[in-house]
Amino acid sequence: MILSVRDLQVSFPVGRLMSRSAILGVAGVSFDIAAGETFALVGESGSGKTTLARAVNLLQPISAGEITFDGKRIDGLRGADTKPLRREMAMMFQDPVGSLSPRMQVRDIVTEPFRVHGVEADLRAEADRLLSLVGLSGDFANRFPHQLSGGQARRVGVARAIALNPKLIIADEPTAGLDVSVQGEVLNLLNELRERLGLAMLIITHNLHVVHHVADRMAVMYLGRFVETGETEAIFQAPAHPYTAALLSANPEPDPDKAKDRISLPAEVPSLLARPTGCEFHTRCPWAQARCRTEAPAAQGTDRRIACHFPLSPGARPPAFKETAP
Amino acid sequence: MTVLSIQNLNVTFSTEGGDLHALKDVSFEVPERRIVGIVGESGCGKSTLINAILGLLADNGRVSGGEMMFQGRDLSRLSPREMTALRGPQIATVFQDPMGALNPVISVGRQMTNIQYRSGLSKAEKAERAVAMLRRVRIPDPEAALARFPHQFSGGMKQRIAIAMALMMEPALLIADEPTTALDATLEVATIELLQELQAQIGCSVLFISHHLGVIAELCEDVVVMYAGEVVERGTTRQVFNSSRHPYTERLLDCDPARQSSRTRHLPTIPGEIPDLRARPPGCIFAPRCHRRAPVCDTPPPEETVQSGHVARCHMVTP
Ligand SMILES: Nc1ncnc2c1ncn2[C@@H]1O[C@H](COP(=O)(O)OP(=O)(O)OP(=O)(O)O)[C@@H](O)[C@H]1O
Ligand SMILES: Nc1ncnc2c1ncn2[C@@H]1O[C@H](COP(=O)(O)OP(=O)(O)OP(=O)(O)O)[C@@H](O)[C@H]1O
Ligand SMILES: [Mg+2]
Ligand SMILES: [Mg+2]
Repeated sequence: MILSVRDLQVSFPVGRLMSRSAILGVAGVSFDIAAGETFALVGESGSGKTTLARAVNLLQPISAGEITFDGKRIDGLRGADTKPLRREMAMMFQDPVGSLSPRMQVRDIVTEPFRVHGVEADLRAEADRLLSLVGLSGDFANRFPHQLSGGQARRVGVARAIALNPKLIIADEPTAGLDVSVQGEVLNLLNELRERLGLAMLIITHNLHVVHHVADRMAVMYLGRFVETGETEAIFQAPAHPYTAALLSANPEPDPDKAKDRISLPAEVPSLLARPTGCEFHTRCPWAQARCRTEAPAAQGTDRRIACHFPLSPGARPPAFKETAP
Repeated sequence: MTVLSIQNLNVTFSTEGGDLHALKDVSFEVPERRIVGIVGESGCGKSTLINAILGLLADNGRVSGGEMMFQGRDLSRLSPREMTALRGPQIATVFQDPMGALNPVISVGRQMTNIQYRSGLSKAEKAERAVAMLRRVRIPDPEAALARFPHQFSGGMKQRIAIAMALMMEPALLIADEPTTALDATLEVATIELLQELQAQIGCSVLFISHHLGVIAELCEDVVVMYAGEVVERGTTRQVFNSSRHPYTERLLDCDPARQSSRTRHLPTIPGEIPDLRARPPGCIFAPRCHRRAPVCDTPPPEETVQSGHVARCHMVTP
């Protein structure tokens, strides 16, 4: 395993002096990523995906749990001790232009990792090598970020991320805001690198069509926890957790005449300050029963893990939604 | 009635390497109470189009031809003051990055009351409307959310707050540039439904930009397809999605991962690069990348009508 995460928690302090408390942005998650594997993280906005990615990359302190990278525990590393790690684990941030320093030329941006890590190299040659790897001609080296289109800025981000041959790339929404053709180019590029360099990838995206095509395995997050994990294809074929089923049924299709057979969820998203009792999804679950309101389900299974008392059978349709007494 | 009518709009940026012709003869209409989508390649000029409409082109940019009529008024003839009065109350905007609309050092509640300064409502009524709006866009604990600052919300939550703020003013036209990109699929669908519902309630029109073809298919009644600063095809969503006629539209639709019937790690792309807009080719702008290129394509293509309301700028289209 290139990455193993066990019972990871991240808490944020909230409130003012008198009413100080904490919320759990990530509330105990465990997963593994093997070399060459692509693992996708999907889930509700605010469910903790970015927080989890930042914690794995040690950009965000954790409050509990273990992170093992390439056989070594890394969760205790601080300050300068994290530097060697940054060579091996690269992060692609969501905002393509905003994550590039505006006053640096593309040449300096893509070779920045060499300078930061004091790696001796012919920087001019490295810049050309990296830019051609991501399909940008040499004359891009002199441009500034604002002179790039969104797609070109993404590719510069990829070039920087792969500069020092990392073993793992963490990509937070790497194709948001790109047209489908450029999106294909970026994903194909990451896939080529995976095949050539055995790169493992943790990809966060709201685009479920992308997840379906590129991810070997996936995890579905809700309120800071994984509600379902497993092989991507198996989950798309037959989602077993009701939240997964609702999420996959919401996927907009590029066909104006396609019938929409959606599982709609009640609107109100619970607050992290007042987590629901029992199964935390029960307040919005069309299938919820009495037990779900009192007893938290433990994740069951090995390859496929589902945190639900009553996993769905394939093709299950929700019962007519009944107003439940509070 | 047409809310917004764009006729032969041209926009030019002056750059070191010469004039960059970012929009060329762009024409389309946004009818009253209709939702019109714009799709196209990254860098094809969608944001430039919006900035031209809003009078917010960068200093090196100018409208070099054509007209933009909003409710019968020519936008390029309005004074900066008149434009400022129009933006917000009449033409509201939602952008990809919600932090453009949110002030990081002011609480969400104060920002939402501040934008109601023209409403004549009492302080309590303004706060009440703010809470109701936050609830509609599914912010948990809306009352408590008023006291919080933008950074205390996730990316998706910030975008929903920005949408709530744009919609509070009940504009005649809402321009949305990739507003659902940061939202998960259930919220994306909920936002589409919310926009549809609101559009019906207050009777506004929507100009909606997205790279997500599924969202366009679901939300929009009409679609405008742009490539390298030109409108290459437009029509109703059904016409464009079910019987696209321009080769660029065909290729774009083919690239959607949603249209790949079996699982593949190698996604389709359109080979080649967008042309240099400082030296536009004399003929069809898509010809260098076109799979149906013919000698005639070296001359400018006419805008051919395929069917009532459905046009494509291509030599290969015959009515
Ligand atoms: N610095 C912070 N202080 C307090 N709460 C925070 C902070 N950062 C994030 N949170 C909260 O932690 C939760 C998880 O946020 P996170 O940004 O990880 O979500 P996400 O899954 O990446 O969402 P999105 O899909 O919208 O990007 C949210 O409820 C958010 O409000
Ligand atoms: N201030 C400027 N000076 C020079 N060129 C510019 C300027 N602003 C935009 N451009 C160019 O105009 C073209 C259109 O850019 P625009 O931002 O409108 O594209 P877009 O369709 O919104 O792209 P995306 O989908 O990536 O958001 C691009 O080639 C861009 O490089
Ligand atoms: Mg995030
Ligand atoms: Mg844009």
